[in-house]
Amino acid sequence: MENQSLDPRVNRLQLNPSGEAVTVQDGENWNVFEVFHQEKRGAHHEHVGCVHAPNAQMALIFAKEQFGRRKKCVNIWVVRSADILAFSAEDEDMFANNLEKTYRDASGFKVMEKINKYRKSTRHDEE
Amino acid sequence: MYGGGYIFDEPNKRQLNEEQLHDDPEKLADFEARIARGEKIEPGDWMPSEYRRQLIRLIEQHAHSEIMGALPEGTWITRAPGFKRKLALIAKVQDEIGHGQLLYNAAETLGKSREAMINDLLSGKSKYSNVFNYPAETWADVTVIGFLIDAAAIVNQVANAKGSYGPYCRALERICYEESFHLKQGHDAFIELATGTPAQRAMLQDALNRWWQPIMHFFGPPDKSSVHSEKLMQWKVKMASNDDMRNQFLDTYVPKIWDLGLTLPDEKLRKDPDTGKWEYSDPDWDLFKKVINGGGPCNQERLNVRKWAETHGRWVRKALMNPKDRIAAPVA
Ligand SMILES: [Fe+2]
Ligand SMILES: [Fe+2]
Repeated sequence: MENQSLDPRVNRLQLNPSGEAVTVQDGENWNVFEVFHQEKRGAHHEHVGCVHAPNAQMALIFAKEQFGRRKKCVNIWVVRSADILAFSAEDEDMFANNLEKTYRDASGFKVMEKINKYRKSTRHDEE
Repeated sequence: MYGGGYIFDEPNKRQLNEEQLHDDPEKLADFEARIARGEKIEPGDWMPSEYRRQLIRLIEQHAHSEIMGALPEGTWITRAPGFKRKLALIAKVQDEIGHGQLLYNAAETLGKSREAMINDLLSGKSKYSNVFNYPAETWADVTVIGFLIDAAAIVNQVANAKGSYGPYCRALERICYEESFHLKQGHDAFIELATGTPAQRAMLQDALNRWWQPIMHFFGPPDKSSVHSEKLMQWKVKMASNDDMRNQFLDTYVPKIWDLGLTLPDEKLRKDPDTGKWEYSDPDWDLFKKVINGGGPCNQERLNVRKWAETHGRWVRKALMNPKDRIAAPVA
């Protein structure tokens, strides 16, 4: 009788020895989910990559194996890639920073200058 | 592990097709300027069709190499000597499969589905690293793979991680982090045999003798004979020449092997003290081509195992399939 061992010291792997052609069908590898992990409580969930899964529950399980097996991770989100809405990469220029946006920045408001000027003027009045 | 430096392409496509370079010249100039500035290209960006084609080919074959590379090691999990070695080998093999998935995802962002990539692997149309068409006959072979093949792959992957395509770089960043463990556990197992009994040393020497030629093949044919594509270098698809990567590998690892009193089966192997370059006998490049084209000792076996896995996993995948699902490529 042939020894069926898979031990490479005994037999080479003789699986599927006929070598019959195999074709995977479209959709057989399921859908794509984007994965976001949270490194610690209080931190943002960050995009780390994606997994193939038949549904969101399985995507979570695969995401834990794929992205949570080493570094610290306390939580994971998954969302179907098809459900992500993003700006077109070509529209990048709409984020270009107009340098005259000091009205949006804390540094654009010089409160102390005014206070000092006022103090100086009132002190002058008292003399 | 395992993006070999050499990425197979169909012979008639090895040179850039001039017509494919006739993309919109203005967009092409913007694209090239962006890469020259060190910026990354993202999936939604305009890119030349030849850039897309070359990247799919590169990343897909890298992915296949990770999956096929797990086969020679996977069979050794139950025979790894000791509990700790078994745990480490299981973890490494799981990492390699994970690398395959990260890379398939990166390739998918360029427009080729994972199913199409797997079909091209199974039909033999798409290749994977040649080293995995050799058998892992003894435990010493597993230590040589874990130490030296992973080391060679790291040289290649660290270079590619500085390339221009964002999703590939991000996948490689994660991969390189895990590879440092592969290298360390392989080195540890290698050293254990090298510093062990005479029988263990003899087993290791035998494995080194058998693996040296495939390792020399790993980075691909010498620069002088490979159709060198300056475009691919300019586009930061190819990040280092085959000879440069091979030299970098030899420079780091040959001294570590010689240090242990082990030998390598090449009498010409030495470092030229003047040029700092390593000299070696030319490996058998006809054999290399023969193995790529299916004539290696394990090509059929590896593909048959892969087909067997697809066939036997099919009922699970089909049972969970939702034919009405709206499927999209990964976003980034
Ligand atoms: Fe890997
Ligand atoms: Fe590895």
